[in-house]
Amino acid sequence: MGIMKFAPTMLKQLFEKPVTKNYPAEPINYPEGSRGHIDIDIQQCISCGMCMRVCPPGAITVDRKTRTWTINRFDCVQCGYCTTVCPKKCLYLNPGYQTPGPEKYIYSQTHVLTEAEKQHEAEMEAKKQAAIKAAMAKKAAAAAAAKKDGAAPDAAAKPADKPQA
Amino acid sequence: MAKKRSVVPFGPQHPVLPEPIHLDLVLEDEKVVEAVPNIGFIHRGLEGLTEKKDFRQMTYVIERTCGICSFGHGLGYVETIENIMNVEVPERAKYLRTIWSELARMHSHLLWLGLISDAFGFESLFYQSWRIRERVLDCLELTTGGRLIFSVLEPGGVLRDINKDQEKEILKQIGLVEEELKEVEKAFLLDYSVQTRLKGVGIITKERAHEIGCCGPVARASGLSYDMRKLGYEAYGNLDFEPIISNDCDSYARCEVRIKEIHQSIDLIRQAFAKMPEGDLSVPVKGFPKGECFTRIEQPRGEAIYYVKANGTKMLDRFRLRTPTFANLEGLCEMLKNCEYADVGILCVTIDPCISCTER
Repeated sequence: MGIMKFAPTMLKQLFEKPVTKNYPAEPINYPEGSRGHIDIDIQQCISCGMCMRVCPPGAITVDRKTRTWTINRFDCVQCGYCTTVCPKKCLYLNPGYQTPGPEKYIYSQTHVLTEAEKQHEAEMEAKKQAAIKAAMAKKAAAAAAAKKDGAAPDAAAKPADKPQA
Repeated sequence: MAKKRSVVPFGPQHPVLPEPIHLDLVLEDEKVVEAVPNIGFIHRGLEGLTEKKDFRQMTYVIERTCGICSFGHGLGYVETIENIMNVEVPERAKYLRTIWSELARMHSHLLWLGLISDAFGFESLFYQSWRIRERVLDCLELTTGGRLIFSVLEPGGVLRDINKDQEKEILKQIGLVEEELKEVEKAFLLDYSVQTRLKGVGIITKERAHEIGCCGPVARASGLSYDMRKLGYEAYGNLDFEPIISNDCDSYARCEVRIKEIHQSIDLIRQAFAKMPEGDLSVPVKGFPKGECFTRIEQPRGEAIYYVKANGTKMLDRFRLRTPTFANLEGLCEMLKNCEYADVGILCVTIDPCISCTER
């Protein structure tokens, strides 16, 4: 038991620099690997949507048609689960927090197709169309054969319309 | 003259309370005769989320039950899942988990030291305690990336490693914490004005503490040697330590136990770094859990119980969490009986209430 046990600590503190930083004037150094925000290397992204499915708060949306990756920064909890499941490893957890603002900030990135990718897309599309055409022709042939065998005329008329459309 | 009885509502908003709990205090003049607790102000339904999120996502959800006990909750949950699925975690991961959970204990106790000094009106002691705590938080941010919520656990291991440079930095920082704490703890343990607020206030006897099921530092301050770390989960089985107990049973004893536990945690971290082997960080966990399991772990605030019932699909059937604060609330009502009205604020803080864990 005694009095003034805290006095030495207090006196020491009087002649020291303040413990806190003069923040906006003096920048903060985040350690490497600090959980600030999620970034994406969109050109690597294949729009598989794994990150969207595993995200615990549901902050990420992936649109496969437009190849857009969107994150609601205010919903994200920086757990980093999306970065561990990404098959292309194109998601990163980088330092630096989301700045506060009056509106919910939604960050969106769209994958822009390169020439090679466009060509590949076109080839795939042509293949798909050819496959559809072949399937339709096969169906029409089958219908024609059925008609020959004496099927109802109403039923045969419908498949005949489809290949034209 | 007959004593006048009155009922005073205390909380959920009160300057001394860190979190919302409501107490109906039955007073006889200035003496508290009875205290009736009332909780349920910040219920968020996290246990119910098990029906909507799969068991891996739940690791991240359960960690966010509370900002201070976050590592403990994550650890309890993944341990329960690992026990159901019979997964053996690599040795290095066990040691890493131990180190992080001890760092979390240090920052929780230092936070409590700040809160208690704020409660008895010693503002500069509050600043000093939190200044020391900042070092621990920086260590945690350096290694896990998060200051309070770490998200480094997964069923089967851990997601991040501690390299040699980080190890050196942590050992340096906890050395400084030890030095600075030795200076500040004099004020807590020896100062006259602090002792007048803490000594002989809020007594729970050893028998009573056992009867009403107190846990953690509250039980240990009443002389009960209960420490779940002695069960030897993670790497605690390989470390050398004894539960810290005190037989004073009052608020001062609870303060003393917590200060000594910070020193114990520093010692445990040093031991763990000395014994930590090289190796993998995690083992792959395939499939879904099926079965049920109870796990008990020692959190900074006391013993927490985790129960998981899984049905073999990716969603769990049930998850239940009994928090240490829930067990200690009964102790709070016990110590509030026959105390002065002016001491109610301090006594509420001495059990280290974490209401957001309790209500989930």
